[in-house]
Formats: sequence, structure tokens, C-alpha cells
Amino acid sequence: MPRLIMEKYAMPLQPAAERVQNFTEVALGYDQETAVAEAKRCLECKKPKCIEGCPVEVPIPQFISLMKTGDFQGAIRQIKAKNSLPAVCGRVCPQESQCEQLCILGKKGEPVAIGRLERFVADYQLAGSGDDVQNQLAKKVITKSKKVAVVGAGPAGLTAAGDLAKMGYQVTVLEALHVAGGVLMYGIPEFRLPKAIVQQEIEAIKKLGVAIKTNYVVGQLATVDELLAAGYAAVFIGTGAGLPYFMNVPGENLNGVYSANEFLTRANLMKAYRFPEYLTPVKAGQRVAVIGAGNVAMDAARVALRLGAGESSIVYRRSEKEMPARHEEIEHALEEGVKLALLTSPVEFHGDQKGNLTAMTCIRYELCEPDQSGRCRPVALKGSEYKMPVDNVIMALGQGPNPLVGRTTPDLELNRWGNIVANEANGITSKAAVFAGGDIVSGAATVILAMGAGKKAAQAIDQYLKQKI
Amino acid sequence: MYKIVHKEILSEVILLFEVQAPQIAAKARPGQFFILRLDEKGERIPLTIADTNRDTGTITTIFQVVGRTTREMSKLNVGDGILDMVGPLGEASEIENFGRVVCVGGGVGVAPVYPVAKALKEAGNEVIAIIGARNKELLFWEDKLAAASNQLIICTDDGSYGQKGFVTQAVEQVAAAGKIDCLWAIGPMPMMRAMAATTKPLGIKTIVSLNPIMLDGTGMCGACRVSVGGETKFACVDGPEFDAHQVDFDLAMRRLSYYKEEEKRAEAVANCQCGGDGQCHG
Ligand SMILES: Cc1cc2nc3c(=O)[nH]c(=O)nc-3n(C[C@H](O)[C@H](O)[C@H](O)COP(=O)(O)OP(=O)(O)OC[C@H]3O[C@@H](n4cnc5c(N)ncnc54)[C@H](O)[C@@H]3O)c2cc1C
Ligand SMILES: Cc1cc2nc3c(=O)[nH]c(=O)nc-3n(C[C@H](O)[C@H](O)[C@H](O)COP(=O)(O)OP(=O)(O)OC[C@H]3O[C@@H](n4cnc5c(N)ncnc54)[C@H](O)[C@@H]3O)c2cc1C
Ligand code: SF4
Ligand code: SF4
Ligand code: FES
Repeated sequence: MPRLIMEKYAMPLQPAAERVQNFTEVALGYDQETAVAEAKRCLECKKPKCIEGCPVEVPIPQFISLMKTGDFQGAIRQIKAKNSLPAVCGRVCPQESQCEQLCILGKKGEPVAIGRLERFVADYQLAGSGDDVQNQLAKKVITKSKKVAVVGAGPAGLTAAGDLAKMGYQVTVLEALHVAGGVLMYGIPEFRLPKAIVQQEIEAIKKLGVAIKTNYVVGQLATVDELLAAGYAAVFIGTGAGLPYFMNVPGENLNGVYSANEFLTRANLMKAYRFPEYLTPVKAGQRVAVIGAGNVAMDAARVALRLGAGESSIVYRRSEKEMPARHEEIEHALEEGVKLALLTSPVEFHGDQKGNLTAMTCIRYELCEPDQSGRCRPVALKGSEYKMPVDNVIMALGQGPNPLVGRTTPDLELNRWGNIVANEANGITSKAAVFAGGDIVSGAATVILAMGAGKKAAQAIDQYLKQKI
Repeated sequence: MYKIVHKEILSEVILLFEVQAPQIAAKARPGQFFILRLDEKGERIPLTIADTNRDTGTITTIFQVVGRTTREMSKLNVGDGILDMVGPLGEASEIENFGRVVCVGGGVGVAPVYPVAKALKEAGNEVIAIIGARNKELLFWEDKLAAASNQLIICTDDGSYGQKGFVTQAVEQVAAAGKIDCLWAIGPMPMMRAMAATTKPLGIKTIVSLNPIMLDGTGMCGACRVSVGGETKFACVDGPEFDAHQVDFDLAMRRLSYYKEEEKRAEAVANCQCGGDGQCHG
């Protein structure tokens, strides 16, 4: 029995002082030697718990076992059988609350770095070393005459499309933006998830025979009913949670107040950080305040620093303990110089004659006894208002469901927030032949949960179409 | 690629493109717009669908050269392609038989008001079209507006053609002659604001088409937010047409000017020597 190594091998990072100057990836990835060493920490448990924590059931012990012997191609084949976006998931999955949380090794020490290993083999393959695997895995296998339409090319839609194509269906993905990828392209910044990698993984899905039509807004170019009438035997809706929330406080429409979606879309999708080579502008003034403390807020605060903001602060109503962002993201943000203004929230924004933001009035909060959800309830402190100078504010308060499909599909049941009502186990909605999954059903969640929903819906669509004569 | 099949230079700063886009052409209704991206590094900009031809699968758009993207676009020719076009976007105009309606187009706004006038006339309205520009050289589509209306009034600021004066004055004349049941006004923000101020005391239901800065056009970013009746609306999905008497025009105009410096810089580097990365302009 080899000696147990209790700690994960460290992930090499770009030094904080350097990385705030650029948009290249923060986490550099294991080298081959470290990857094999980390793989060797895995106990290959008889009853592995890790798999239960993965929404798409990646065969974790199996792929790690192959890695130990240097068989990276075998490893990626194992992963790809279950997960069509491993280079993405290896980077952005909240592993600490999923696969790694349940890892048996984690009881005694640190869990196996499953995400980092997944990333390593995925990158190994994308780098070309595993090309033949790519081609073996991604072969057109259209064997069925039935056509399926997938609305939205985010992780949910792409996964459903890939799985349905593997089953032999003719799949067309309809995407509103000019590129596929959803939040992976417009939301998550380049320095956490390089866009070239997202596009490479999407290319692999296309090789399965999936057609992707960009610039196609369902609800405008065609409604769901029109798609069904046009010969699609089933429709999967994965339109995401793309509607930004604002606070409804005075001054919110001043120039310089952004939604996180707008700020990040300008920076990521439109590459405004390379303005004026790329023509879309974005501003991050001397003082930037980000309202909210989730992953989206961390991303926005870190992008602001990279765009040249002198100061970038997270403004949050509760305390550090309650911040919903991943621990690692908060740590990286703090290392880079993001400041925290806790127990604080804006109540009004002020501008100059040109309508440009200059300051905000904040109010302080204190935490009282926990509410039903177990979180401490923040209570505003009367008379604690104070003014804070600020050039840009980025609202990262969460997102609601994108409304276009709901508005144009009258017999599709929505809940009171506008999310599509669908069975979690199979994506079945109130409308025959229509399935849904991902953020449009669950509300803003995670990449891998959206993928899991896409996967389950693909199976349910297959069953549905087999029953239909 | 969306191919340009016809190009017309309507004035020094206004051009017409007819572009191959059969799916958009099949679906577009009056009041709707599309968003284009000329090339990989381009900005996404919104333009109104001024006309469609379902037989040829083309749409017509008329644009004014105001900055970098519209200038680059003006250099394209028949046979060239536009990389991305997404549409139709926005809510269509609410067309019904109101009775006696007025359609006002100011400057480049003559183009977007044309499909509305045409649809209103087809719906049985008596349509009075009023088109205005600074001078004769800037006027276009007089013939099309004449065909889409029962009466056409032309105004130029300098009196070089039609009657001298602003479109608001023409509206006052039309109102004096008989009841106006509904009015559309599309043009530069100051013109739409002036129109709202003119028709409000007269109690004329007035609709304007707002043109805020947009990004995705699908309700995802909130860049296009405008204040209507004290409520924040996203012009790309809730509009672009709104009740003129409820619109906060001052806010809308201020929001349009947020990127002035960047717009200048983008124009400057287009003409510079350093290869476009902005070094020679700081
Ligand atoms: C800034 C940010 C950072 C995040 N970081 C993480 C992270 O680190 N880890 C993690 O696991 N999760 C993260 N998330 C959450 C994660 O990205 C989402 O949960 C996931 O992308 C949801 O996938 P989806 O397929 O349901 O929707 P989306 O990714 O939102 O994709 C939906 C797609 O549908 C398209 N669409 C919408 N309406 C229409 C229409 N009418 N017609 C055609 N197409 C349409 C949209 O354009 C979009 O491309 C983050 C989210 C954000 C915003
Ligand atoms: C729904 C909608 C429909 C439109 N339809 C038409 C049309 O049919 N024909 C037409 O010529 N223009 C139309 N516009 C305006 C057009 O989108 C802008 O003129 C264009 O984006 C300018 O891009 P640019 O890079 O050439 O100029 P920029 O350098 O980006 O801008 C130059 C100046 O133009 C103004 N501007 C910038 N963006 C906009 C904008 N979105 N709307 C209005 N002014 C703007 C600003 O004052 C700015 O300082 C429409 C806008 C919207 C929102
Ligand atoms: S997909 Fe995500 S949850 Fe599943 S094994 Fe990979 S990193 Fe873990
Ligand atoms: S639970 Fe942990 S140690 Fe066990 S097989 Fe899974 S990854 Fe390896
Ligand atoms: S342009 Fe993004 S929401 Fe309207």
C-alpha cells in the first residue's frame, strides 16, 4: 500500500500582480508529471462516492486509473462518453460542492483534484495529442429520420444536441447570438475559461453531425409551434437565465451603471478589452463598485481591474461568510486586489449634468438572527447612509429567465418568475413534444447542472420519439 | 454572410442597402429592426427594417453615416457580404384602423416610418405622411411615402423644398384641420421629444420609436434601457415603439452620449498609420 498523500498537488497560477494586467488564463494547468502524481492519489475505491457528486456521472475512478499509466487517450474516451465539455467542466465546475466533496480521500485529507485531472486530459486531447480519439468519438452517426430542434446553444442545449446526435437524430441548434456557447462565451471571462477552448469543444459536438444556426432568435424568426409545424418532431429549450435584475433605486439608469451581463458581454463576447482593435467599447473608471457577491460579481470585479480600474470593490449586504461565490474565486479576487465593502448596499446613485455616474449613497446593515433559510437576515441601520464616489457600478444581483420563448408559446407553463415548468428527471414540460432544461428551468445554477439537465432531456426525447410512430 | 444586392446613395450621408436575408424578410413586420456585425472585430449595431421583398428574399435598410461602423458599412458594395445579421427584433407596430393617422419621419427616420405608414394605409386608415429634413439634398423616398399615404407634406428647415419649417408645425396644421386619431413620429431624439411636446396638449396619441445603444437585442444585457412612465423598459424586447408622452427623452438622450470619446477614438484609428491598435492616438 503506497503512502497516502494528504494534499492536492498545487495548481500553478499566474502571479497576481502579473495577471491583473492581462486576460490570459489565471490557472495554468498541471504538467504531465504532476497530473500523473495527482492521479496516483486516487484510491480507486470499490464503492466510489465521487461519481454520485457528478451530475453527468463521469466515470471518475476509471479515467483516473488510466491516467496513472499515462493512457490519457483512454482517459479522455472514458470522460467523453459522459461529458461532452470536459475542458470547460474541468475549469469551472464547483468541484468542492460536487464530485470532490464526496471523494472518500477528502475525509482524511484533501480530495483528489478531479477537476484538474479532467482539465488535464481534455487539454491534452485538444492540444492535438489525442486527435484520433477525437475523430473516433466524433463521428457522424445520423441513422434516424427524425429531426429535433434545440433552442439555445449554452451548456444545456449543446449537451442535449450532442447526445441526441450520438443516438442518430438530426439535430439543429438555434442560437440567438452570433456564436454558440451561451454564458461560456459571453459571461465567464477569458482568464477563467479561454474562448478558444470553448469553441474547440463545440467543434467536436458539430463533428457529431449537429448543425448550429447562429443569429436565430426563437420567438421571432420562428415560434416553438412553428418549429413543430416545420417538421421538428421534438424541441428542447435551453435558453438560460439571461435577464438581468436591477435594484429599482433612483439613478439606476445613469450612464456608467451596468448590468453584469452587459459589462461582461462587452468584455468577453465582443472583446472590448482589445478596443479599438475590436470596435465595442466598455468603461471601467477609476472607482468601480460591483453590487453582489456571487461568481458573477467576482468575475465582473476582476474584469474591471484588468480593464484598468484603479479600485474595484464588492459591495454586499451580508458578511464575508455569506458570500455565495466559490471560495477559490473569492481568494483569487482578493489576491488581485479586489476590495470588500461588506454589510453595505446602495440606496441611490448620483450623476453629473451629462448623466454620468459620480457617486452612490450606501446604507450599512447589520446581521440579525438567522431566517428560515438559515442565513442571517441583514437589517438596514437607520441613519447610517454615507456617500461613496464611484465611476462605474456593475449590478450582479442575479438573472431571471429570458422571456422571448415564454411570451410566444402560450401553452407552455411558466412559474411565477417566468421559468419554464419542467420535470427535473426528464425535462418534460406542459406542452407535448417540448422539453426544457438548464437555467431556464432551474434559475441561474451551474454549467454541469445545465449539462445534466440536457442529458436527461435527450434520453426522454429519445424515449418519446421511439413511442411515437 | 448576408450579401448586398443593391446599393443606393441617397444623400451625402444617407445610404440604402438591399441585403439577401430570406428568413428575416419572411418574418419582419413594420416597426421591427435587426442587428448586424460587419466582421469579426465589428460592433453589433441596430438598424430598422425599412422594407422587405418576400419574392427576392431581401430586406432594405437605410442608414446615416454617423460613426465608425456606419462609415465602414458605407464603403461596402454590391456583392460584398455582412458577416452577421439577426432579426427581426423588437415588437412590431400595433396596426389597426384608427381613422385619421399621421406618420412623421424626420431625417433618416423617413425610412422606418415608411413600413408603418404603408401598413396603416392597408389597414384602412386615412394616412397623412409628413417628412422633414434640414434641406432638399437630405430628403429621400418622397415617391414611396406618397404611395403609402393619402396626403404627403414635405418640410425643410431652410425652405429649399416643400414648406419651410419643422415637422411639428406641419402637425399643428394637420391637427387644426381635423381630429388626428393616432400619430407616429420617428427621427432624431430631439425631433421626437419636440413632437411629444407638441401633441401632448392636443391630446393626440403619439408613438415614437426609440434608438438607444444596444448590444444583444434579446433582453439579455439591459444596455437599451429607457424610462417610460417612470418604469425601466428594455427597448429591444419591450419596444422599440413607446407612448411618446411617457418617455423620459432627456435620459434617453444622455444615455446615447456615454461612449462619445470611444466613438471618436474608433473613428480616429480607422484613419491612422499604426495599423489600428490606437498607439498613434494615445
Ligand atoms: C458571469 C458568470 C459566471 C459563471 N461562472 C460559473 C462557474 O464558474 N461555474 C459554473 O458551473 N457555472 C457558472 N455560471 C453559471 C453557468 O454559466 C450557467 O448556469 C449555465 O451556463 C447555464 O446553461 P444554460 O445552457 O442553461 O444557459 P446559457 O448558458 O445561458 O445559454 C442559453 C443560450 O440560449 C440563447 N437564447 C436565449 N434565448 C434564445 C432564443 N429565444 N432563441 C435562441 N437562443 C436563445 C442564449 O443566447 C444563450 O446562448 C456562471 C454564470 C455567469 C453569468
Ligand atoms: C432600434 C434601432 C433602430 C435604428 N434604426 C436606424 C436606421 O434605420 N437608420 C440609421 O441610420 N440608424 C438607425 N439606428 C441608429 C444606429 O444604430 C446608430 O446610428 C449606429 O449604431 C451608429 O454606429 P456607428 O459605429 O456608425 O457610430 P458611433 O460612433 O457608434 O456613434 C456615433 C453617434 O451616433 C449616435 N449613436 C450611437 N449609437 C446609436 C444608436 N444606437 N442609436 C442612435 N444613435 C446612436 C451617438 O450619438 C453617437 O455619438 C437605430 C437604432 C436603434 C436602437
Ligand atoms: S464534470 Fe464536474 S462534477 Fe463531474 S467529474 Fe468533472 S469536474 Fe466533477
Ligand atoms: S472517491 Fe476519491 S479516492 Fe475514491 S475513487 Fe473517487 S476520486 Fe478516487
Ligand atoms: S440590447 Fe441588450 S437588453 Fe436590449
